[in-house]
Amino acid sequence: MGGWTEEVRLPDTGAVVRLTPEHKLIIGLIEEGARVMDLGCGEGDLLLALKVLKKVRAEGIELSDACVQACVAKGLFSVHHGDLDEGLADHPDKSIDYVISTNTIQVLHRPMILIREMARVGKRCIVSFPNFAHWLVRLQLFLKGRMPKTEKLPYEWYETLNIHLTTIVDFRDFCRKAGLKILREIPLWTSARRKCTEVRLLPNLRADTAIFILAEAKPLAD
Amino acid sequence: MQEAGSVGIVETKYLTFAEPPNEMVLECGRPLGPLTLAYETYGELNPAKDNAILIVHALSGDAHAAGYHHPGDKQPGWWDIMIGPGKAFDTRKYFVICCNVIGGCQGSTGPSSINPQTGRPYGLSFPIVTIRDWVNTQKVLVDHLGIEQLLCVAGGSSGGMQVLQWVVSYPDRVRLAIPIATTSKLSAQAIAFNEVGRQAIQSDPNWREGDYYGKMVPRRGLAIARMIGHITYLSERSMHQKFGRKLQDKTAYGYNFLADFQVESYLRYKGDHFVKRFDANSYLYITKAMDYFDLTQAYGSLEEAFAGVQAKFLVISFSSDWLFPTYQSKEIVSALRRVDAYVIFTEIQTDYGHDAFLLESEQLSSLITNFLSHGWNQKA
Repeated sequence: MGGWTEEVRLPDTGAVVRLTPEHKLIIGLIEEGARVMDLGCGEGDLLLALKVLKKVRAEGIELSDACVQACVAKGLFSVHHGDLDEGLADHPDKSIDYVISTNTIQVLHRPMILIREMARVGKRCIVSFPNFAHWLVRLQLFLKGRMPKTEKLPYEWYETLNIHLTTIVDFRDFCRKAGLKILREIPLWTSARRKCTEVRLLPNLRADTAIFILAEAKPLAD
Repeated sequence: MQEAGSVGIVETKYLTFAEPPNEMVLECGRPLGPLTLAYETYGELNPAKDNAILIVHALSGDAHAAGYHHPGDKQPGWWDIMIGPGKAFDTRKYFVICCNVIGGCQGSTGPSSINPQTGRPYGLSFPIVTIRDWVNTQKVLVDHLGIEQLLCVAGGSSGGMQVLQWVVSYPDRVRLAIPIATTSKLSAQAIAFNEVGRQAIQSDPNWREGDYYGKMVPRRGLAIARMIGHITYLSERSMHQKFGRKLQDKTAYGYNFLADFQVESYLRYKGDHFVKRFDANSYLYITKAMDYFDLTQAYGSLEEAFAGVQAKFLVISFSSDWLFPTYQSKEIVSALRRVDAYVIFTEIQTDYGHDAFLLESEQLSSLITNFLSHGWNQKA
């Protein structure tokens, strides 16, 4: 978890939400009226933005009761207080257009189970995570011999919830093993001026964050 | 947070219907009539009649949910912390209705009412009533008040069961549903506790097969039933925090069977207090109605029961509730999600056990306030 957010005032209602650069990019990927589920939806900022801007049917799952309460205060009507490690058993196959998980997969105990569940339930999955192979991370470990701490990974090793950090290259392998097809990769780099741009050259070295758009591949690989 | 106030002095009203020969046929197949419902209302019904909220009470509750009955009345209604101007069920915006269930003893027709055919109290000749019967009578009241669609039905414990029955029986009559600390069917453990309570009443020599009106009432049996109930409403932890092993008005053990410990004295007080306001036969009827409630059995499956629901749901459980544990709320939520209903589910972290829904809670108030106000703004 970590990273910075920007306040965005939504049209019509005038509600203010806090969005990360990934959130903004993801909003652009989703078509009007889609059915969307956000796993680890936090205080519901992305869901509310999608509901207002894209008229989606928004659904969220969140572990923290305080966050669920914040979602209710935002006027979201499908929010489930629960543990993602328990899966998505209540949802039929391909019942959701987009299953989204931003900056969450690395805190799960069993990311493989969840990602398969996401692909079962969702026609498309959008997953974002901090890239542990970013040069700043590599340098801290290589030169200083210390556990990396960055804007995206701000926690001390003994406090972090990030137990399953990964890199862009490793995530590709992971998707293959999970039986998922990668439809699109969006490696992102955020400048010191907080400008977020897509990285075309050497993404695994230069991107601090990656967004993957995935779908279930048939047949399932072992 | 707005300043919260009281609804002030309120009055219980009565609606009588189902006069013979037009008795209401109950789920058990027997007719019952005439039927009287005791009810109270708070706030104003708006001209569109779309701001009405029905509050449904639990086992020992009644129509008196908020405010006071007379100046100097010390005890406000049972959910006064939630109902009033500026409170979760804000009576400046909403019209709140609460009525006593039939089979009860607080103004609605029950076993202690006079059977007009015999001129004597019904006693055990009163038919078995069910949660569905309760909801059917509540619908008569809602119709009588001219309300086409309720903005919300809300309640905890067996009140929550009534909320679920409402959305199943009358899906187009409810816009928002708030079932709290409840279940779609009681567990064997909960039925067992109810049965022990009933046995305590029925084994009291004063009970006399329910025919005790005008004579000595089975106060021992009813008090014990209430004591058992109270244990199930608290958590081990909250009891420990509240009483520990503290002694009552003494510094050393008495070496006798008087109440040594505070917890003993508390339960005795709760039992004795309850007897003053509750009828033992009503306790039998109401607990039986709870035991019989089973949406799965009645409709084939929970999904089938909820198949036609239109309401949006706010389902709340409490982490330390072992009488209606969280997994039972999750079963409801799971079925609702499977039928594609809008549902918010949250488990509130608390040590107060099942009774938590009756206690002051910032979290509970805020959830209900926000859910209602967004639901209200989003008119269909």
